[in-house]
Amino acid sequence: MLLSALLTGLVLGGTYALIAMGLTLQYGVARIMNLAYGDVIIAAAFGAFVLFNLAGLNPLLGLLIIVPAGFVLSYLIYALMLQPLARRSGDRGRLEVDSILATFGLLFVIQGIALVVFGSGFMSYSFLAVPINILGTPLAANRVLAFALAVLLGGGLYLLLTRTRWGTAIRAVAVAPGSAPLVGIDVDRVARFAFALGGALAAAGGVIISMYLTFSATAGVVFTMKALVVVIMGGVGNIPGALAAGLILGVVETLVASFIDPGLTLAATYLIFLAVLVLRPSGLFGRNAS
Amino acid sequence: MTTYGRRTILRGIGASAIAATALRSLPAFAQDRKAVRIGYAISKTGANAAGAGITTTPNYLLWVKDVNDAGGIKLSKLGVQLPIEVTEYDDRSSAEETVRAIERLATQDKVDFILPTWGTGPNLASGPSFDKFGYPQLAATAVTDMAPQVAQRWKKSFWLLGGGHDYANALVQLLVKQRDAGKINNKVAIISVADGFGIDLSKAATPAFKDAGFELVYDKSYPLDTSDFAPLLNEIAGLGADTFAAFSYPPDTFAITQQAVVANFNPKVFYLGVGTAFPVYPKIAGPNHNNVMGIGGIDPDSPDIEAYFKRHTELIGEAPDSWASAVTYSSLQILHQAIERVGDIDRDAVASEISTGEFDTILGKLKLKDNQLWSLWTVGQWQDGKFVGLSHTEREGAREPIVPKPNWTAA
Repeated sequence: MLLSALLTGLVLGGTYALIAMGLTLQYGVARIMNLAYGDVIIAAAFGAFVLFNLAGLNPLLGLLIIVPAGFVLSYLIYALMLQPLARRSGDRGRLEVDSILATFGLLFVIQGIALVVFGSGFMSYSFLAVPINILGTPLAANRVLAFALAVLLGGGLYLLLTRTRWGTAIRAVAVAPGSAPLVGIDVDRVARFAFALGGALAAAGGVIISMYLTFSATAGVVFTMKALVVVIMGGVGNIPGALAAGLILGVVETLVASFIDPGLTLAATYLIFLAVLVLRPSGLFGRNAS
Repeated sequence: MTTYGRRTILRGIGASAIAATALRSLPAFAQDRKAVRIGYAISKTGANAAGAGITTTPNYLLWVKDVNDAGGIKLSKLGVQLPIEVTEYDDRSSAEETVRAIERLATQDKVDFILPTWGTGPNLASGPSFDKFGYPQLAATAVTDMAPQVAQRWKKSFWLLGGGHDYANALVQLLVKQRDAGKINNKVAIISVADGFGIDLSKAATPAFKDAGFELVYDKSYPLDTSDFAPLLNEIAGLGADTFAAFSYPPDTFAITQQAVVANFNPKVFYLGVGTAFPVYPKIAGPNHNNVMGIGGIDPDSPDIEAYFKRHTELIGEAPDSWASAVTYSSLQILHQAIERVGDIDRDAVASEISTGEFDTILGKLKLKDNQLWSLWTVGQWQDGKFVGLSHTEREGAREPIVPKPNWTAA
């Protein structure tokens, strides 16, 4: 029973981690508090839905089209809309406020386009909605796949960030955007790249989520909220942090639902969130506040 | 420069006030009217957009098209037949925005009639505004046990979708028959979403099940926006209940179905809340949608309903939902016939006609009692691709429930 709850929880946590990793890059490195993040996820889910229904394309192959598209679009959004804000803002606080307002507008643009094109109904298709047995626990194959992809993407990004030169540059910008130019890092370029990478991750999350969740054009805000909780819990800008925080939330929610009361899952989520904020204000894996 | 004395001004004000009152009480001149102006505020964006987009907006569009194609609304007292002209606002799923839009429709746009928004909360929230400006409110998508009281308070409000008790009691009665026939055991598992409708239904269902002698082996609520039902269903699957009832919202309704298939949880009665009657449900559940029960239903043998489904599908590209859609469309037919019987834009007379008259609708002849509709489908079941009504608050059910539901087939 406990083992089954743990496995179910890890699989759910994989989803949370998956949707949070992109936001942690966008917020942690580019300092853009992207309120349209959940809507990018939904847009990608619609993309997967269309490819699946019209072209009969397996969503895993759909990833190969939608993830680069998410990268390019986010790159353009940053270059056209957010870069001017980043340039004129003197400090991080100002940029955060400006980006909240700007992306709040973007949220309605994306939602509006989705509503016009797809209407407001619920969208869903069935892909790998079959049970697979892991250690005696029946789990939905598509959720297990989401978990595996979350670990794969998270692990891969972690290696890129820690083992490569540009990963070092990204981390430098995340930690000390003021000092990074002193060692020849183009902060603008790195921020733009990190934002686009975050968009690509959001797109990946959207495609994977569309395999097992019913979504509608107006469902983005739920994902933004969940991602935000995970990002702040894990330490802003920290990929392993987002992964760990997502998994912890998934496991705790499942344990609470199984052994205490399903009505308390939301309360448990925010209790842990609060505990982390009180005990480690900069997040689980965050550095101490500078 | 002319100076007016105080008396002249006062006299002027008085005269114009009298003139204004006199003009108001005169029927509008036929040549002044080009159309019957209908306004509404509906959730085109935000959390309610999905529900409104399935149940309410398509029916407004269809009704306006149907009426205008037939030449419009006949106003016999003015001797004209006028088309409908629509003023539409997006309430962005916010009750405050709904109220503001209704005030605007009443005071700025001066529309002739206002159609209600979608959902229980927004309809209750906008009740006082409809009342204040004297517009009839035909709440077709509000499920509330408070309907008798609010209909008393706001005399021109009409509550057409029953209360939580009606749905819960109908389900329990239906299950008692199944139990007495030896088709299901005595154990019931309930889950409910911790939000308006789910709370209402579970509050009514829990005592009703107990009074009927059922054993509730599981009865818990889950928070709104829960997406993962594995822990709940894994636990319930081991409790031996033949009846599973989820008082759920979409998209929970869909997620619960998918998870039940994954967990191979096969109760003999599988009952879900809002969303079961949506046309998208069979697409989501695939072959497994058959024999799932839920809220609502239609009479599959009614030619009127069949024609309505056909017209709806042609205009919207999708069939209506098999619960509140037909009620919504019927409410518009009621409004239309009431206006034509009065023969003029007289909102008081129209409201009183709605509350006393009998109307021909796609649901058959309807007559309201205490400003509420009682002729309602409460429990339905997917049978052969249609969500047919099993229980009806005022008539006998048209179809027999199929129990037990066959086992799920893996997609």
